[in-house]
Amino acid sequence: MAKNINVTIKFWKQNGPKDKGHFETHDLKNIPDDTSFLEALDIMNEELIDAGKEPFVFDHDCREGICGMCSLYINGTPHGKTERGATTCQLYMRRFKDGETITVEPWRSAGFPVIKDCMVDRSAFDKIIQAGGYTTVRTGAPQDANAILIPKQDADEAMDCASCIGCGACVAACKNGSAMLFVSSKVSQLALLPQGRPEAAKRAKAMVAKMDELGFGNCTNTRACEAVCPKCETIANIARLNREFIKAKLAD
Amino acid sequence: MWLFNSSIGRKLVMSVSGIALVLFITFHGCMNVVALISKDAYNTICALLGSNWYAIAATMGLALLVLVHIVYAFILNFQNRKARGNNKYAVTAKPDKVEWASQNMLVLGIIIVIGLLLHLKDFWCNMMWAEIIGAEGQFEPTDGFEWIKYTFSNPVFVVLYIIWLLAIWFHLTHGIWSSMQTIGASGHIWFNRWKCIGQIWATVVMLMFLIVVLGFAFFPDCVGQCDFKLLPFAVK
Amino acid sequence: MPIKIDSRIPEGPVSEKWSNYKAHQRLVNPKNKLKLDVIVVGTGLAGASAAASLGEMGFNVLNFCIQDSPRRAHSIAAQGGINAAKNYQNDGDSVYRLFYDTVKGGDYRAREANVYRLAEVSNSIIDQCVAQGVPFAREYGGTLANRSFGGAQVSRTFYAKGQTGQQLLLGAYSALSAQVQAGKVKLYTRYEMEDVVIVDGKARGIIAKNLVTGKLERFTANAVVIATGGYGNTYFLSTNAMGCNCTAAVQCYRKGAYMANPSYVQIHPTCIPVHGDKQSKLTLMSESLRNDGRIWVPKKLEDAKALQAGTKQGWEIPEEDRDYYLERSYPAFGNLVPRDVASRAAKERCDKGFGVNNTGLAVFLDFSESINRLGLDAMKQRYGNLFDMYEEITDVYPGDLANEINGVKYYKPMMIYPAIHYTMGGVWVDYELQTSIPGLFAIGECNFSDHGANRLGASALMQGLADGYFVLPYTIQNYLADQAIWPKVSTDLPEFAEAERAVDAELTRLLNIKGKRSVDSIHKELGHIMWEYVGMGRTAEGLKTGIAKMKELQKEFDTNLFVPGTKEGLNVELDKAIHLRDFFTMGELVAHDALSRNESCGGHFREEYQTEEGEAKRDDENYFYVGCWKYEGADKDPELIKEPLQYEAIKVQTRNYKN
Repeated sequence: MAKNINVTIKFWKQNGPKDKGHFETHDLKNIPDDTSFLEALDIMNEELIDAGKEPFVFDHDCREGICGMCSLYINGTPHGKTERGATTCQLYMRRFKDGETITVEPWRSAGFPVIKDCMVDRSAFDKIIQAGGYTTVRTGAPQDANAILIPKQDADEAMDCASCIGCGACVAACKNGSAMLFVSSKVSQLALLPQGRPEAAKRAKAMVAKMDELGFGNCTNTRACEAVCPKCETIANIARLNREFIKAKLAD
Repeated sequence: MWLFNSSIGRKLVMSVSGIALVLFITFHGCMNVVALISKDAYNTICALLGSNWYAIAATMGLALLVLVHIVYAFILNFQNRKARGNNKYAVTAKPDKVEWASQNMLVLGIIIVIGLLLHLKDFWCNMMWAEIIGAEGQFEPTDGFEWIKYTFSNPVFVVLYIIWLLAIWFHLTHGIWSSMQTIGASGHIWFNRWKCIGQIWATVVMLMFLIVVLGFAFFPDCVGQCDFKLLPFAVK
Repeated sequence: MPIKIDSRIPEGPVSEKWSNYKAHQRLVNPKNKLKLDVIVVGTGLAGASAAASLGEMGFNVLNFCIQDSPRRAHSIAAQGGINAAKNYQNDGDSVYRLFYDTVKGGDYRAREANVYRLAEVSNSIIDQCVAQGVPFAREYGGTLANRSFGGAQVSRTFYAKGQTGQQLLLGAYSALSAQVQAGKVKLYTRYEMEDVVIVDGKARGIIAKNLVTGKLERFTANAVVIATGGYGNTYFLSTNAMGCNCTAAVQCYRKGAYMANPSYVQIHPTCIPVHGDKQSKLTLMSESLRNDGRIWVPKKLEDAKALQAGTKQGWEIPEEDRDYYLERSYPAFGNLVPRDVASRAAKERCDKGFGVNNTGLAVFLDFSESINRLGLDAMKQRYGNLFDMYEEITDVYPGDLANEINGVKYYKPMMIYPAIHYTMGGVWVDYELQTSIPGLFAIGECNFSDHGANRLGASALMQGLADGYFVLPYTIQNYLADQAIWPKVSTDLPEFAEAERAVDAELTRLLNIKGKRSVDSIHKELGHIMWEYVGMGRTAEGLKTGIAKMKELQKEFDTNLFVPGTKEGLNVELDKAIHLRDFFTMGELVAHDALSRNESCGGHFREEYQTEEGEAKRDDENYFYVGCWKYEGADKDPELIKEPLQYEAIKVQTRNYKN
């Protein structure tokens, strides 16, 4: 049975990338604890609108933890990380204590400028994928799907790497603002599969070059990224990316 | 050049220079232990590593490694701060997985450099450098044993060296597995192995240094008493 | 004079139509492709795959999405899988069987030729996706694995854990990214299409709102493709993403595109039940769970009462007191009956008082038998992420051992209830996927074409990718072939100016109402009306009441809405207000179509038309047509135009999943 709790939301307001930004607070009363955290924010926004104020802006969409749109830094961790990987939208109020103040901040990283409040611009991730996160294959041309045999183990591992939802929590948590976990997950997925091998070297070089160009930091293996990843990507991917990249460069 | 232009290249330089330094201090630690056992044997090593051309060349190489490691550390740190942006989080919670050392490698590194300067002043200046320029010291430049004894007769140095060793230990517990991760020699299985190897390695090497410091500090009269020769002939 | 509808179905037997079409259609030569621009709105499976394929062919593509990245389109949330007639399992599958199952699953209300083409290209989709590096599940030997799904007696569903939609979308997204890199596709993220611009009777551009700056911008092209998804969010609570809306489709409808079969709305049987009035959306639990989960309610009413009061738990009820009602009523298909049948059966049990949670609106989905047979690890391997997701939401883990009665182990069951999931209806398109406005195409869930009155599981992904990779890139050329000689129209034309002015006027109007109520509060009310009167069980009376209530609520919307902020800059509430305006139009249309269709079929169930056993009763004599609705103005009821269905390959019969 759900019980009701009261919480205070301390949320970040910022009008565009140049604005300095500040915190505001709002008290939420009698929130059933089977409400999701984003639903609690919906309730807060309804109350703000009823008071004639502008609502708090944040990204969210599918609300089932797969689209990667939601991106809130809650009480000091991206997605308010629970024991098991979960996104902001999968966080429920039962995780909070009655009377708690919940601090909500945007992803803070030079690579992700704030658009408004807690909505940030993550188009840098698209640019990295565009640099090489694909296999070059024409629509309609491929051979029969079963012509390529892939050991189950490799397919499963590639699947784990491919689970990345591109939310950017890794960058948000990293003290270096590094995007290595994101980049390595894509590189790993395709490096593990025979379909991705022909372009593996080119891909690793192109994606790393783009990541560097966009101003993401250097990975120092602090593991903050894997600790907060909602899809439990691991730094084994980063090791693989390092391997692929160094191998490619040495071959040049 | 990709070792300078790309993030992974820069990290590779850090990693390789780091591994080389780890190997060096491992050797240094082994050498020190000899001092606990035999004064003669230790001083033979000191003589071997005196102002010979190969020792000087190796020292210069070592200095270059240290310099590269330090310069790259600052470059990486500067870039990383820039990538992080100017806005700080109001609240941060450190996940359990994240080791303290991994987030403070620069601070630890700076402590190590300060310690290194002290160490160079205490030993290297009085030994190799003195030998090169032919300076007169309290003891012979090749009498490393006496220099150790003399330095650790001062309790302040003992404490400073212990702090220094602790900083190196922290630095290595992260550094060893991290360097393996960076050169790509890691994965789901090897990550844990490297971490374990790194911990043991760092601990053993630092213990080697520590027992020398403590031995000379507390039992100055018992150390180096065994009588064996490292080489069947006298050096120099 | 009644308008005649030309669905442009090619000549020949159904199995040869698509080959015939491709053999005789007009193509655009490579030089001319470089001169032609195509706007693709939406980056889901259909949109992204179409944009990528068109770019690859040489067209200049402008691709729009409302999210911050094309990878976030709601196709990503599809869990279960994608069908294809590969027959890798050697269980007797074929193109014809997939075609037949889809037509039958759609309760004989789909267009035969379209469905056959869909089944025909399904195999190429799998080949294409594998080549892109989509990590489908595999057997130990390295070949692709399959699972079975509702409405089929063969295993033809390919899957990637419980994240098939994600993996397929990321495949399409990577193909799209390659074309962006090649300079053939220009991406516009955080843009929303507000209107289609028609010049000389042809779609020649769109007005889009830059959601960040708030500015309206004009885009011109030789053809416009909308791939903007369905209208499930009309019901407020659905499994759709929060941002899903039907504004682009409704705006095309207002400009003259017909809306077809809007009453065919799919209610998905396995969603997590509603828990309270603060809820913002419903979460789907993949239908694949029905492979190993058994659906039941108590046999005895007093057990149900105790469950509702919370004095008893599901695992305390022994096997003999459980009513596995799907297995009982449909022995041949059991728990794998099509979605509409499973949903209605759940509603029927709950209406009779056998609901199992405090609201009385839930049934159990139980894995005890499968766990006992195959072990918990096997279940986790198959459904691990779904079990985790369920626990995250409800605090109950379906694999937890809870009880043992007479040596039989009982695990904690899931609770599920039907929820709005997918809309089979949508913008009317002909065989070429062209709407009734020349130059305007609709693909994916956005159009009405392939699923008839009910969609089978794992067919949405198939249709989206079929449209985007293998159908539209061909058929659009038949249209574009003579567009190459047309000069590109300027965005300075009065048609563009007028369209932009009209959109701007609407934004101003909504901002200036300055009433008291928020968008969401009105949307929730609309959702209640829709679910209550235009939901799972409809009656003529109820539909009329629903329409009247909607009109009343629309008045409230027009006079008492409050939208904070201004037109400039990012204004989420203003965008939501626009969406809601169009949900009203769509909601009424769904009700009108449901009211005009005096029969039950697939997702459309009229309580007056059912068999004695409570099954849908079709009326093929009078309703064997596609209901196309033509917009007649804001104050007038839309006009119904009928596209008669013609079946050549399949004998129309009553759907039977019993034996």
